[in-house]
Amino acid sequence: MENRTLSPSRRLYDRGLRTLLYVCGFLTCALLVLIIGYIFYRGVPYVTAELLTTQTSYINDTIGILPNILNTIYLVVLAMVIVLPLGVGAAIYLTEYATNRKLVSIIEFATETLTGIPSIIFGLVGMLFFIQLVGWKTGVLAGGLTLVVMILPTIVRTTQESLKTVPDSYREGSLALGAGKWHMIRTVVLPNAIDGIVTGCILAVGRIVGESAALLYTAGFGLVLNDFFTSLESSSASLTVALYVYASERGETNVAFAIATILMVLTLIINLSASLVGRKLKK
Amino acid sequence: MEYETVGAAVDGSAVGQPQYKVKSKRKPLEVFMNTLFFLCGMVAVACVLVISVYLVISGLPAILEIGPINFLFGTRWYASTEDFGIFAIILTSISGTAGAIIIGVPIGLMTAIFLAKVANPKLAKVIHTAVELLAGIPSVVYGLVGMILLVPAIRVAFNLPSGATLLAAIIVLSIMILPSIISVSETALRAVPREYEEASLALGATHIETVFRVTVPAARSGIATAIVLGIGRAIGEAMAIIMVAGNVANMPGLLTSVRFLTTAIASEMSYASVGSLHRDALFSIGLVLFLFIMMINVFLNVFIKNKKEA
Repeated sequence: MENRTLSPSRRLYDRGLRTLLYVCGFLTCALLVLIIGYIFYRGVPYVTAELLTTQTSYINDTIGILPNILNTIYLVVLAMVIVLPLGVGAAIYLTEYATNRKLVSIIEFATETLTGIPSIIFGLVGMLFFIQLVGWKTGVLAGGLTLVVMILPTIVRTTQESLKTVPDSYREGSLALGAGKWHMIRTVVLPNAIDGIVTGCILAVGRIVGESAALLYTAGFGLVLNDFFTSLESSSASLTVALYVYASERGETNVAFAIATILMVLTLIINLSASLVGRKLKK
Repeated sequence: MEYETVGAAVDGSAVGQPQYKVKSKRKPLEVFMNTLFFLCGMVAVACVLVISVYLVISGLPAILEIGPINFLFGTRWYASTEDFGIFAIILTSISGTAGAIIIGVPIGLMTAIFLAKVANPKLAKVIHTAVELLAGIPSVVYGLVGMILLVPAIRVAFNLPSGATLLAAIIVLSIMILPSIISVSETALRAVPREYEEASLALGATHIETVFRVTVPAARSGIATAIVLGIGRAIGEAMAIIMVAGNVANMPGLLTSVRFLTTAIASEMSYASVGSLHRDALFSIGLVLFLFIMMINVFLNVFIKNKKEA
């Protein structure tokens, strides 16, 4: 109806751009489908029980990624245990305690800067600081602490946002009943912000699982099975680093695609749970 | 009776003894928690300081030894003859980022417009999930797919000895920056007041004309932020392009094998011996990369500040 009254050139403009918008929207989807489809197509046949439950053995000439799965879990546990109190604490300070505006803007500027720093720089400085200066050996400890610095901004920002959604009337009510500030935060503010903090943690775990550049020279390339305490100071490749090693240094493309499949499944699970928790938050 | 109690408490909080007693009992804990949270907040600041100081301390010696001009504008990078000029590497990073922006921004922006203004909510939700997933894919996975699908395709298409080229890196980078461009510009587009669009529609413009001539210009500062964020992501990416760019420190050309600032650090650190000039030069590359990122950050802050003032 509307289009009938348009001049030909305007109609062309309208139709042309509308088509372009549809093309770009579907291109984005197609890219994702292509990438995920190709990874599953190449990787799923090679995700075998043997691959998942053994370690690479030169004697038997077999490849197993159990050590790398464990190293990834070690890294996630270590980094989260440290970053969670630190990040939540920083967010609490920024939203509940800080009175000096200048200080707040300095801390916020620092967190923003940390967000923008590429992971290879974190890896470089992590290596310089934890390994050259402090003197630890390459391992999960140095890698995990490097990751802590890297994901700190994610935790601070998501916690801050969810703390801000807690209505001030809750705080006032609690304070009016005679609660101290810390008591109020512990019993009223934090429980009401827990969903947002959980979402932040899930996002952070996603970043840790997918990180590679920061881990190359901090956690290392080692493919040997270790328990948690040994791995702290012995070279331990995470899943992503193992993918890189198998793909570009060993030419084991099939193993690399199997690892990529596992990483994609993890990414799917992480995204799904983050959006589920997020939806609960909205309610 | 009740009223009296309340009244007493209010009075008490001003001068009365009971309130004072409670306060003094809690005070040490409150002070302790305040300090503790303050320290948590300062950790981020300390990290930024440590990173900056460390990069300068470890990056400067090699620059001074080689000479700033020779280091920044020398075109030869050969570890064996101790030639450490990173001009070609800098140019590669810049042209790779520029290429990714040229391909990624139009597609990302169009997708954002599609999501915010044209697609019906159900379809938009599906695409939204897709974009979030794209953002979550680890960079080594992008690198792997690029290495197995894209690199051979480029080799065949252009009849080259190897397909690991700047072009492959640009394509991988432009896909990787899509999610951040889409989500940031979509937010900006959705924030444009409805009145602007209604005024344009009332004047007889079609929906598409309104979107492109009113909504997009009104959201330009948000879109600029998205582009700058994309630049930051592209220039800092290492593991995806290390697998597709070939890693030879040539002057950049679309179909030549190249080395980026990030990939130089990632690929050479493992064999540069401790204490050598080579290793120090890699730290200097880290410093140069860091300065690039800080420039982008400052630029971004100026933009965001402008937006807040406007």
